Amino acid sequence: MNLEARKVITTPLVANNPITLQILGICSALAVTSSLKTALLMAAALTTVTAFSNASISAIRHHIPGSIRIIVQMTIIASLVIVVDQLMKAYAFSTAKQLSVFVGLIITNCIVMGRAEAYAMQNPVGMSFLDGLGNGLGYSLILIVVAVIRELSGSGSLLGFGILPLVNDGGWYVPNGLMLLPPSAFFIIGMLIWLIRIRYPEQQELHDFKIHEKHGLGNR
Amino acid sequence: MEALLSLFVKSVFIENMALTFFLGMCTFIAISKKIETAIGLGIAVVIVQAITVPANNLILNVFLKDSALLQGIDLRFLGLISYIAVIAAIVQILEMVLDKYVPALYQALGVFLPLITVNCAILGGSLFMVERDYTFVESVVYGFGSGFSWMLAIVILAGVRERLKYSDVPAGLQGLGIIFITVGLMSLGFMSFSGIQL
Repeated sequence: MNLEARKVITTPLVANNPITLQILGICSALAVTSSLKTALLMAAALTTVTAFSNASISAIRHHIPGSIRIIVQMTIIASLVIVVDQLMKAYAFSTAKQLSVFVGLIITNCIVMGRAEAYAMQNPVGMSFLDGLGNGLGYSLILIVVAVIRELSGSGSLLGFGILPLVNDGGWYVPNGLMLLPPSAFFIIGMLIWLIRIRYPEQQELHDFKIHEKHGLGNR
Repeated sequence: MEALLSLFVKSVFIENMALTFFLGMCTFIAISKKIETAIGLGIAVVIVQAITVPANNLILNVFLKDSALLQGIDLRFLGLISYIAVIAAIVQILEMVLDKYVPALYQALGVFLPLITVNCAILGGSLFMVERDYTFVESVVYGFGSGFSWMLAIVILAGVRERLKYSDVPAGLQGLGIIFITVGLMSLGFMSFSGIQL
């Protein structure tokens, strides 16, 4: 694998992560993370769709008229999502039921559209596929981290297997019910963003107003 | 009538689109800097949602349901692509109608309307309608209610963010990080409605 291809895959993982830096695809990132199993399935679905939609849009990029490109991209993405949805219903029915509407919502997931528009329209097929794969994996990484934290602290288990012995079964761990509720996903992603931006200070956003500019520290 | 009212309350408060199901998050965070723009976008979402959910309900019942179009043919696997096409078409038509008859509103909503096609709250509303098997009347109420819930959430967030920009936030948390934590707290507040028995 040459250097450029490796870069295309690895930068979206942390340094240019679609969720924490590009603010793309947050919609589904939060809802499916209350257990690791659904998060894994969702991550696999999204990575597949992003990679293949990038590749197919890139393959026909010279033939798409500029004015109707959005609808062409939509059609390609929607068809891919239908294929993934049908496959899931065939092979992982109960988990697919838990994901409910969120598999369908991959169509409007901004990562898929965003990468098609920003990368696949200008780059050759192979690289676009890798870019889709990389961004899908970056999304998966965040999803898996959040899901591990939520499932482990919320129900003391991972993938349904008990890790921390619960108080109800005679163990010592009191499950934190808040972690299974929607607000905790927001908190965890907020904290993750904080951590990543401590590691990469150039990603920090500037204040609109400087509070101590005039008085300086002497006035405190 | 009572059932419809409780469906409305449920879709606005208990099952808030943005705060409970995390739908439309990208636009929710990107376009909530000012209250005015948040209200503009919110109104656009309410209008589009109130039209597309019932329209997709009709599409489902007339064309896609088992044996609806032809005896013994179930077209429901085409659902996703038809719903998104309906949404894209309705947004386009709405844009033209507003431009012709209500230019003032068109000017105000201008930028936001095309954005709405890719807002997951819109497609999400239609998909929830399908999953929960709403009737036509119920889907009208649900469409309006869920659109309104999204508007409520984005206007509240915009209000908070207008105050937030004067506060002293740690450098790494500034911007996206603190917004997530704010939304988390709002979501926690809305959780308190979940105890209501309807």
